[in-house]
Amino acid sequence: MNSAEAAQIPDAAALSEYDPAIVLEASRDRGEVTLVIAPAHIRHAAELLKARRGYLFLSDVTAVDRYPSEPRFEVIYHLLCHERKERLRLKCRLPGEDPQIESVSGVWRAANWYEREVFDMFGIRFTGHPDLRRILMPEDWEGHPLRKDYPVTGYR
Amino acid sequence: MADAATAGARTLTLNMGPQHPSTHGVLRLILELDGETVVRATPEIGYLHTGIEKSCEDKTYHQAITLTDRIDYLSPLTNNLCYVLAVEKLLGLEPPPRAVWTRVLLNELTRIASHLVWLGTHAIDIGAMSVFLYCFREREEILKIFELVSGQRMMTSYFRVGGLAVEPPPELLPRVKKFLDYFPDRVAEYEELLTRNPIWISRTKGVGVLRKEDALDFGVTGPSARGSGIDWDLRRDMPYSGYEQFQFEVPVRQEGDVYARYLVRLEEIRQSIRIVRQAMEGMPAGPVMAERKGVILPQREKMKTEMEALIYHFKIVTEGYRVPAGEVYQAVESPRGEMGYYVVSDGTSHPYRVKVRSPSFANLQALPKIAEGRMVADLIACIGSIDIVLGEIDR
Repeated sequence: MNSAEAAQIPDAAALSEYDPAIVLEASRDRGEVTLVIAPAHIRHAAELLKARRGYLFLSDVTAVDRYPSEPRFEVIYHLLCHERKERLRLKCRLPGEDPQIESVSGVWRAANWYEREVFDMFGIRFTGHPDLRRILMPEDWEGHPLRKDYPVTGYR
Repeated sequence: MADAATAGARTLTLNMGPQHPSTHGVLRLILELDGETVVRATPEIGYLHTGIEKSCEDKTYHQAITLTDRIDYLSPLTNNLCYVLAVEKLLGLEPPPRAVWTRVLLNELTRIASHLVWLGTHAIDIGAMSVFLYCFREREEILKIFELVSGQRMMTSYFRVGGLAVEPPPELLPRVKKFLDYFPDRVAEYEELLTRNPIWISRTKGVGVLRKEDALDFGVTGPSARGSGIDWDLRRDMPYSGYEQFQFEVPVRQEGDVYARYLVRLEEIRQSIRIVRQAMEGMPAGPVMAERKGVILPQREKMKTEMEALIYHFKIVTEGYRVPAGEVYQAVESPRGEMGYYVVSDGTSHPYRVKVRSPSFANLQALPKIAEGRMVADLIACIGSIDIVLGEIDR
């Protein structure tokens, strides 16, 4: 990421200052800031943002399936800082083959169920998650319904 | 309470729900009990999962509006609002002032209706039968107002991208005024029945305490968080849909117990009355729909006289309007907390991904925290106090 972009987005600058490998891209679109984080650094980035940038609240964790393009999955985190009244979106790109990423449930406990839902719907594994089970679908369900190659109707 | 070493041998596992009137829908709780004390409560959800997010991907932006009603069936208009705001943000479209004010008015009525269902069911859970009947009597009037504007009592689907589905009928404001004339007295009546009622107090005060740090950590929002001292309301702190033009207060209590959450919601009803009154009195005149070629349906009259309007009408109805590529996260303050829609567009007329951040989902996650260590009977009060709607938890 070039330094000019980072300078305009303080959150990106704060992370890059600590370790330039964390933030891959930073952008602002329709007033919303998105940081693309290197998947290996997500836990670290989450800790830093919580401790140093005041993002005490995790609004949401979700994913987007970009099938058939690669990297296939995007894991999205929506953070909220009450003090500055700012939101931040983190994005991690994961491959279609055995997608996994470190859990942030140790940083925000709210992530526990959000990550279970992403696992249930997309089949993305969260390493270090305390209780990674299906949450909405029955336990013996096959497949991950929100993947783009999962049909909307009809018998599978 | 049993000490940890012998707890396993003496506990009883009890299955509560999914068919249980006090779980407010189809929530299943697996309880580990030591006598009547809850040692562990594990919520199992998903019984109402209908794949709404997946269905949204298969619909056009316009068609998906009807699905949003079904997410939180106690506050359908809040969901409509959140979704259309998200799509409007993607499109860069500004609805006209009259539409914005009508949306606020109806949203606050929704909040009142939702809180009335909560109060009634919460009270009946704890044993106050008559409150339930009174609350539903008033809610009925609000539903009639919804029927008047949209033709539907519950699944209103009244908001459109760019404004409102149809012009609100002229009877709307007089009808709302009539309702507001007597409703504040009714709220006082509920208070008389409950607030200083010794049974109510002993069932709710000091019960199900949620500490501020836990609330923040678990992502609890809305009245449940404000009852724990988190002074945060999206309407005031990150205003959307013109809320910055309205005066209201955000009630906050520090105690974090069931009683505090009750007081917060009751005060919110009063504040919503204030907002509805302001919206009613300051209602601007003008159109209720924005104008944009290719996105908003042309006016009926133009279709009869202009070829271009007819073509656009045909195109919008048959294939929908295209939304520029991008992604937005739009959050609104629903009666239960932060309701957020994350909409991803790939430039076509169908949403690529719609994710609903539902407040109840996060709030329910904190239930074991507030219920463990308490009696089974208190669990009922705890579930009621976080005001969950299973429709939006399971989606």
